Amino acid sequence: MRAVPLAILVFTFALTTVCQAATVRVAVASNFSGPMKKIAREFEAISSHKVVLTFGSSGKFYAQIRSGAPFDVFYSADEQKPTRLVSEHLAEAKSQFCYAVGVLALWSANRPQVVLNERTLSQASFSKLAIANPRLAPYGAAAVEVIKTLGLWDALQKSLVQGENITQTFQFVQSGNADLGFVALSQLQLQPETSANTYWIVPDSLHTPIRQDAILLNRGQDNAAAMALLEFTKSAKARTIIENFGYRIPDSD
Amino acid sequence: MELFSTEDLQAILLTLKLATVVTCVLIIIGTPLAWWLVNTQSRWKSFVSALVALPLVLPPSVIGFYLLLAMAPDGPIGHFTTQLGLGTLAFTFPGLVLASVVYSLPFVVQPIHNAIDALGKRPLEVAATLRAGPWDTFFNVVLPLAAPGFITAAVLGFAHTVGEFGVVLMIGGNIPGVTRVVSVQIYDHVEALDYGRAHILSLTMIIFSLLVLAALYSIGKPSAHKLSRS
Repeated sequence: MRAVPLAILVFTFALTTVCQAATVRVAVASNFSGPMKKIAREFEAISSHKVVLTFGSSGKFYAQIRSGAPFDVFYSADEQKPTRLVSEHLAEAKSQFCYAVGVLALWSANRPQVVLNERTLSQASFSKLAIANPRLAPYGAAAVEVIKTLGLWDALQKSLVQGENITQTFQFVQSGNADLGFVALSQLQLQPETSANTYWIVPDSLHTPIRQDAILLNRGQDNAAAMALLEFTKSAKARTIIENFGYRIPDSD
Repeated sequence: MELFSTEDLQAILLTLKLATVVTCVLIIIGTPLAWWLVNTQSRWKSFVSALVALPLVLPPSVIGFYLLLAMAPDGPIGHFTTQLGLGTLAFTFPGLVLASVVYSLPFVVQPIHNAIDALGKRPLEVAATLRAGPWDTFFNVVLPLAAPGFITAAVLGFAHTVGEFGVVLMIGGNIPGVTRVVSVQIYDHVEALDYGRAHILSLTMIIFSLLVLAALYSIGKPSAHKLSRS
């Protein structure tokens, strides 16, 4: 019976020498910073690896990665940029997967908060509607789709103001400079004071899904920590974290 | 592909318009401010000087962030403008002008301050003995003598406003023809991975800035000479 603990000891020793503690450098789209911090903490707790997170806009990361930025893994805010990195031979095609689906919400920070629903947009009782820049931000593109699907594009043209990204769009609404805005449900989830009936979760049927892809970059190919982190992101534990932050989990593939 | 797209041109024109308006406003409010700073004995002098210089050291996103909060309907600026019947200033051209005035203030006040300071008391005393009134003294003595300082101030204020980015990003709302200036347009191109358009606009900015600075240094030299003689 003594052999069992000994075997475990030898096995553990062998394991730690094989996959030595490594550091993984991760570029993360700002909108995913909350869940990513938590995922990284959990990951570090169960493995011997170390995670270094950098948050920023996906477009900037794309440019930096092309210029040789030292990232092993990239959590993009969309699927296009990882795909493009693959076609430029800067990332591993096989490793690309959707880690989260963004949920769009229409929100007003007015106090007392108004109850929002699908009729709010056609009632024209507001002067400024904030959306993220549709050219840059998937949430912005989705917002434009929603407005067009509802047949309100021409009517709302004059009311639109664009934040450069979803964070700024959120600030426009939160400060009250814009009466309404299409923001990410994940942002509202972080607000302690927003109760569920002050925003309207836009149904998926009104826009194409906001799929966010992660990918292993060339630099991370031989990094055990990089691959382990990507695997961990697919685990049930990580999925629960992601959902708790206001994202949906892609249908299992 | 034509050199500039319609949207690029719109952004360039808007930027030039913004910089022109801001420069005029800054010269008008910067001159008395600089004059006061040169002549005052007030104990507030160093505080006001620090306040004027603050945008030099603050990140534009900080200025933009607080302006956004201040311009909100329940913010101090927003409250005031709403009472005047102007509505709120965020996402409007006047809002950009206000923000740029704050942001570019030190670039205009400091050269004027230095130019007036360098004149010393002597020309004013001479003018006073010749019974020149204060306005007469200002327009016929101070202004011609300090002219290079004013030109430097105008050029710097203009150029700095053209290059402004962080503040506009925070309070602009990126509305074509209203608040989408060149720097924001470049940012858009880069973020959208449209590097070709980004290059064209960026190179235009570099050439423009280089020409402005070269012009500035060519007027800077004779002015120093003139000042040392007076």
